[in-house]
Amino acid sequence: MIIVEDVHYSYDGIYTALRGASLQIEKGERVAIMGTNGAGKTTLIKHMNGLLRPQVGRVIVDGVDAKFLSIAELSRTVGLVWQNPDHQLFLDSVKKEIEFGLKNLGFTPEAAEEQCVKTLQNLGLEGFAERSPFALSGGERKRVALATVLATEPQVLALDEPTIGQDAHQKELLARMLMDLNERGRTVIVVTHDVEFVIENFPRTIAMAEGRIVADGSTAAVLSNDDVLERCSLTPPQLTVAARALHRLFPQVSERLSLLSELEDVVSEILGGMT
Amino acid sequence: MALVEFADFSFKYLGADFLALRKVSASVNEGEYVVITGPSGCGKTTLCRAINGLVPHFHRGYIAGNVYVDGQNTREATVAQLASKVGLVFQNPANQLVTLNVEKEIAFGPENLGVEPQEVRKRVEDIIDLLNLEHLREKHPHEMSGGEQQRLAMAATLALKPKVLVADEPTSNLDPKSAELILGIIAELNKRNGMTVLLVEHRLDLVAKDASRVLLMDRGQIVADGPPRDILPMDISMEIGVGIPKATQVYRRLQAKGIELGRVPLTGEELAILVGEVHRL
Repeated sequence: MIIVEDVHYSYDGIYTALRGASLQIEKGERVAIMGTNGAGKTTLIKHMNGLLRPQVGRVIVDGVDAKFLSIAELSRTVGLVWQNPDHQLFLDSVKKEIEFGLKNLGFTPEAAEEQCVKTLQNLGLEGFAERSPFALSGGERKRVALATVLATEPQVLALDEPTIGQDAHQKELLARMLMDLNERGRTVIVVTHDVEFVIENFPRTIAMAEGRIVADGSTAAVLSNDDVLERCSLTPPQLTVAARALHRLFPQVSERLSLLSELEDVVSEILGGMT
Repeated sequence: MALVEFADFSFKYLGADFLALRKVSASVNEGEYVVITGPSGCGKTTLCRAINGLVPHFHRGYIAGNVYVDGQNTREATVAQLASKVGLVFQNPANQLVTLNVEKEIAFGPENLGVEPQEVRKRVEDIIDLLNLEHLREKHPHEMSGGEQQRLAMAATLALKPKVLVADEPTSNLDPKSAELILGIIAELNKRNGMTVLLVEHRLDLVAKDASRVLLMDRGQIVADGPPRDILPMDISMEIGVGIPKATQVYRRLQAKGIELGRVPLTGEELAILVGEVHRL
């Protein structure tokens, strides 16, 4: 469990990135953090693995105040994948990159290799093992950075914008892998602007603006609250826009629909029997 | 004459064992808005780099065929010459920010192209206003969030007043409202000023409605090329994993059930309008 209590943080003493953020994330949850650019989302998750330390307030990880834990200790519990993969990758082959973290955690070379192969497969990166991360495309590099952390299967996974540069197919693979880890008890936290990715995969959403948390609840409730959307620079997903527009024409259509199959069904019903 | 023309162009990065682009032929006319899409690693970024000359002048490698920009062969032009026509917004904004504040960053490009100081100052103010950057004026680019950096990179590129804007996933780090703002400005510059746009994007929900044309790429080749309403409902778009607008996906699913909407919707509103029309019939 992660508890963040009234955390404040400023990088330069002038501009305040976090102005009193509080939240609690239980073991095994899937939580999305969304909101305006510069709202403090990345700053918030960097507090969870000790990369940043609160200037005011505290962070408690599994019952222990994080100030008593080193980054090395914290990152065994909380694995963080950075927004920009170039800040994370530094070795000359994908395989070395992935095995580096595993070996640091005490995996034997054989176990590390096995885990590496499995992770590459899960992320659609078969055949990339010997390639240099720096010769890969932006989207591929992003997936390698993800792989380095996913391979270690930390108790809590915190991913900063994992869907950037990913095509529809890759996004599905990523979602499947996160679901699988989650089913095996891992907590999954993502920072993302990808509304559809959140609706499809994350039951809880925390919305932020200007260094504060302005909404925390079920994804459906948070993302259908116009006031929250406005304050957090979010837009409703295309299917919700469609549902709202349909509702104006056909009052029986719920404005809250947000899944493809729901829209398909409701339109089929309206136009039912037509060929 | 085409403004950007790829003639049987192939490219392989130095040390790579496969072609990033394979015999690509396509031409883009002045005033077009072309969305380039396709699976990650398919060559979209390489295509962008080939337009402003970073391929082959900065990223070296094997090259065959030619790319012409405004009639000039990019093999013979310098990156500096091409920069006066082509503005490239990189995929990773941090790779293109070079100065210590917003005003200097925006002024940097025009100054280097020899634009008069007074005109540079005007452009800086206009762009800060246009892209809503006032609150970032005093912030150091490397202390900005990913999204803020991306907006600044776009500002610095638009300040060049490029004939062709090439943007590689320019809104990937932006919150949805900021993405809408930036894409709205690009569409406006395309419509009103005739700026030619080539834009790489996975999330076609956001851009298909603005585009006159979609280039679908897969494994270094262009596999489909045409208006979005023709290309996006095609099976191939589904198969290679393009982020087809949800409204278009609903259209496809209904079609499979024998329900015809008549036209292809690209947005949620369009979908609702079409359903309303068909219902009234």
